[in-house]
Amino acid sequence: MPIKTYRQAINEAMAQEMRQDSTVIVIGEDVAGGAGCDGERDAYGGVMGVTKGLFPEFGEGRVIDTPITESAIMGAAAGAAQTGLRPIAELMFMDFLGVCFDQIYNQAAKFRYMFGGKAQCPMVVRTMAGAGLRGGAQHSQNLTQMVTMVPGLKVVCPTNAYDAKGLLITAIRDNDCVIFVEDKFLYETSCEVPDEMYAIPLGEANFLREGTDVTIVGISNTVNKAVAVADRLAAEGISCDVIDPRTTSPLDEESIIESVEVTGRLVIVDEMTPRCGIAADISSIIAEKAFSALRAPIMKVTAAHSPIPFAPALEDAWMPQESDIEVAVRGVLGYRP
Amino acid sequence: MSLDKKQFLQAYRTMRTIRDFEYRVSDEFGKDNIPGFLHLYAGQEAIATGMCMNLSDDDYIVSTHRGHGHCIAKGGDVGDMMKEIMAKQGGSCAGKGGSMHIAAVEKGMLGANAIVGGGPPLIVGAALSAKTLGTDSVGVSFTGDGGSNQGTTFEAMNLAVVLQVPAIFMFENNGYGEGTAAGYAVGSKDIASRAAAFGMPALKVDGADIFETYKTCKKAVDHCRSGKGPIAIEASITRFRGHFEGDAQQYRGKGEVKRLMKDLDCLKIASDIAISKKLATKGELKTIDKEVAVYIDDAATAALAAPSPDVSELLTDVYSSAY
Ligand SMILES: Cc1ncc(C[n+]2csc(CCOP(=O)(O)OP(=O)(O)O)c2C)c(N)n1
Ligand SMILES: [Mg+2]
Repeated sequence: MPIKTYRQAINEAMAQEMRQDSTVIVIGEDVAGGAGCDGERDAYGGVMGVTKGLFPEFGEGRVIDTPITESAIMGAAAGAAQTGLRPIAELMFMDFLGVCFDQIYNQAAKFRYMFGGKAQCPMVVRTMAGAGLRGGAQHSQNLTQMVTMVPGLKVVCPTNAYDAKGLLITAIRDNDCVIFVEDKFLYETSCEVPDEMYAIPLGEANFLREGTDVTIVGISNTVNKAVAVADRLAAEGISCDVIDPRTTSPLDEESIIESVEVTGRLVIVDEMTPRCGIAADISSIIAEKAFSALRAPIMKVTAAHSPIPFAPALEDAWMPQESDIEVAVRGVLGYRP
Repeated sequence: MSLDKKQFLQAYRTMRTIRDFEYRVSDEFGKDNIPGFLHLYAGQEAIATGMCMNLSDDDYIVSTHRGHGHCIAKGGDVGDMMKEIMAKQGGSCAGKGGSMHIAAVEKGMLGANAIVGGGPPLIVGAALSAKTLGTDSVGVSFTGDGGSNQGTTFEAMNLAVVLQVPAIFMFENNGYGEGTAAGYAVGSKDIASRAAAFGMPALKVDGADIFETYKTCKKAVDHCRSGKGPIAIEASITRFRGHFEGDAQQYRGKGEVKRLMKDLDCLKIASDIAISKKLATKGELKTIDKEVAVYIDDAATAALAAPSPDVSELLTDVYSSAY
């Protein structure tokens, strides 16, 4: 099977869907690049090159460069989705959610319900999240928690190239507004990705490692850190179940509960601020639904409750690190009532 | 109304300081001494300089992701800025902000902003403070051609007119927002002409000529100080560098950057005019160049040697008091 990067997998999902469904369009800032310029078109293909090549194949009618105008991009995508298109709208950095959130959470998310089931909003918001690139307080956040809390939105956080392709295909075909959160750290990572189209259902977790002592749930790139920790601890005879929920909405509660019923211990990792976050959410679900299975308090490994600092030393301290996950795993294992 | 000799030499020094600062920062970025993203102001120096020469420490500015030049022109400490950009102790933002959030709050430089269009509403607020508190301060937002298209910018312009606050909307049209031309993204093609529809006057200026930018900015500042409400300026200019350091700039035409760097170099234009008008001699300008070079080198050397912030700073300044 061919090896592809996360970036290529996402690009391929879009290209293949666009080939077979002429209502799929891509809209955003510099998704091609070079509009109105003397130099080359498709100069960027998105700031991370993820949409590169779509413009030459599908043209400016379907790969639409916009001014810097996130509210109007998201609103236009929602309006177009309500009226027959399937837009993939790019929000360059997830931090910019602040600029356009109304069009997503008061508009796109609510059409179907508010209008008595008579409207729909089949759009995808592709966005990029994650700290560690020293992007500072306004270019580093993962705001998955903010979209996950909104009824009507679905939220996908792919953690490898294979999942990214299959989940994006599902997201594009889905009849609801799906927020597709790409982790900046993963674009260069690669794995086997089939050339043909395949769809991975939303709401089905992936077990990356199977074990019996501790369950580790990780969101976005933190799950890859969890795998690294689990592999190291395996050498000491500590056996971890590592679960990648893949989508935070819908959330595959069943898989996490089943795992905790075996291990009795749960560590949840996300790279978001700790209050009202995904780790807190999963923790409350497990405390409520699998309380009797727990042999230790649930441990959350999250970022710190602060804006994201610029200085590398501070940002590294802000982010959950593998060592923090390891401490948490040892902590739940060593817990004595 | 035009620059006198002393003012000119000051303007030249500021522009040279910004240029050298940016090129040094670019070098250090190339040597991996600067983390994160870097957007340089090289080429646009006459705009920040021409504006800020008309302002005092009691006036306010807000800036963009391309903020080093605004900060230097407003009197920000170059040594502290260098430390900030290198993520060091003693940086203007304690190492927590970086290039995209460079600030000199004590000088009225309220901060660079990494959200395009984040600044204009803020400057309406700063101007509202001035009006409400009865000071004679004015507020200036620096915004790009790209940022001129954000909803926040339109809302801020309208609000400034409604509230009749002393706000100046300075639009630096460098032709591009990232890799998209202003000629494509600004639907009206012309930024200044939008102002009239909001009910405020607008001025246009050649952003490469410090004599012109100074004069135009002075008009705008006088307008605001005399209580006539907000005003907009569109300064046309180019950027010498990519959108960010490392930008391959395939969207720019063949030879375009080279040509514009030759034709629109504000430092060259300034020296030519000054020498012909006998405002300065070649020797005087050379002396300034030499002094600035030493000044920037000292700042960079000190920043390179400074320690990184202590990890114990992570949770300080999230709130105003213990939390
Ligand atoms: C809300 C928001 N959208 C998009 C971006 C990404 N971005 C950063 S700078 C920039 C271009 C800005 O163009 P312009 O306003 O003309 O300023 P210039 O870079 O030319 O100084 C873009 C799109 C951002 N930082 N914030
Ligand atoms: Mg611009």
